Amino acid sequence: MSTHQLDATGLLCPLPVIRTQDRVATLRQGDVLSVHCTDPGALLDIPAWCRIHGHELLSTQESEEEVLICIRVRK
Amino acid sequence: MLAARVMQDQGLHVEGLNFFTGFCVEGHTHAIRSNPNRKPRRNNALWVAEQLGIPLHIVDVIEEYKSVLLRPHHGYGANLNPCLDCKTFMVGKALEWMQAHDFDFIITGEVLGQRPMSQRRDTFPVVARESGANDRLLRPLCAQLQPPTLPEREGWVDREQLYGFSGRTRKPQIALARQLGIEDYAQPAGGCCFLTDAAYSRKLRDLWQSRAERDYELDDIMLLKVGRHLRPKPHLKVIVARDAGETRYLRGYRKRFTYLDMTSHNGPLTLVEGERGDADVELAARIAARFGQGREAKSVSFQFVSRGGIERELQVAPFTVDEVLGDWYL
Ligand code: SF4
Repeated sequence: MSTHQLDATGLLCPLPVIRTQDRVATLRQGDVLSVHCTDPGALLDIPAWCRIHGHELLSTQESEEEVLICIRVRK
Repeated sequence: MLAARVMQDQGLHVEGLNFFTGFCVEGHTHAIRSNPNRKPRRNNALWVAEQLGIPLHIVDVIEEYKSVLLRPHHGYGANLNPCLDCKTFMVGKALEWMQAHDFDFIITGEVLGQRPMSQRRDTFPVVARESGANDRLLRPLCAQLQPPTLPEREGWVDREQLYGFSGRTRKPQIALARQLGIEDYAQPAGGCCFLTDAAYSRKLRDLWQSRAERDYELDDIMLLKVGRHLRPKPHLKVIVARDAGETRYLRGYRKRFTYLDMTSHNGPLTLVEGERGDADVELAARIAARFGQGREAKSVSFQFVSRGGIERELQVAPFTVDEVLGDWYL
């Protein structure tokens, strides 16, 4: 079980979802992925993607600069 | 959505594929513009998958799509939409995915005669043949008007429980959605792709013409979705944000462009491309001043930053509405 970072800043949806999906495919059950985005649309899309695929949404944070979404991989 | 649901109701396992070409009208397009009254921006494909309870795989085809758009064998539709080549490409990609993941056939939600280019009786077989999917391509909503496909002949799917919808009317689909208990019906009747949009296509053609080559990068085509685009001289392009959301978005392009930031009044960020000297910069600034709160002022100030990072202050008199010529707008 390990923690990973994904930089999806500067990308517009659905690219942050695509990058998340592709990265999760390389991770293992229980791994945690923190996705850094600048498009606030990711706050809707990445949690929706997690619900569809059964991954656990651990937290979402939004600041002026960035949106941070943490998920736990469930396979 | 309906086609997938019809398959699920026959007990089949369905997974969704959504191809991102870069021209999709999706959440981000709405995200850029600031409008507090706008509904939350959802990604329709994700939303549909969630309603149906199926996995959705979003596939980045930005690079591969270039050859489809730049050199379509079957030409374009009313604008720069290469629908027939595009459908063939996407079904071909779906076929690759199907084979890699051990699925048996492909479905699409197409209806015979609904779109002028790619959904005609004579073009349906073109997509099936040229994509390589052949009779593993099933269109459940109009299957009864087509020869039986492999899934029907093999009995994986009951042809009797498929449909024979045709024509541009969407009434039968809406009635079916109601019958299936689907209230919020996401599939738009077009308008999901910028290439069908006349204004967008004009801007894309202008991009190719001004560069004397037909090519693009993702940044180029995203930028065409944002702001007012004006070309006051053949070599000079001015992109003016339309609101605070667009200004925020355009800030991300400051390293690649010369830009003008209004300092004396509230106003949009303006990107400038192709300027050849002070006269061009002044022209761009006078246009930009027209779209800020100082449009009636005698003078408006800007911070001007060249692509090389050289900064200076600039004051100009805003153009009047008539001085910004209609044919400058792309
Ligand atoms: S509307 Fe756009 S996405 Fe749809 S088939 Fe035509 S070119 Fe492709």
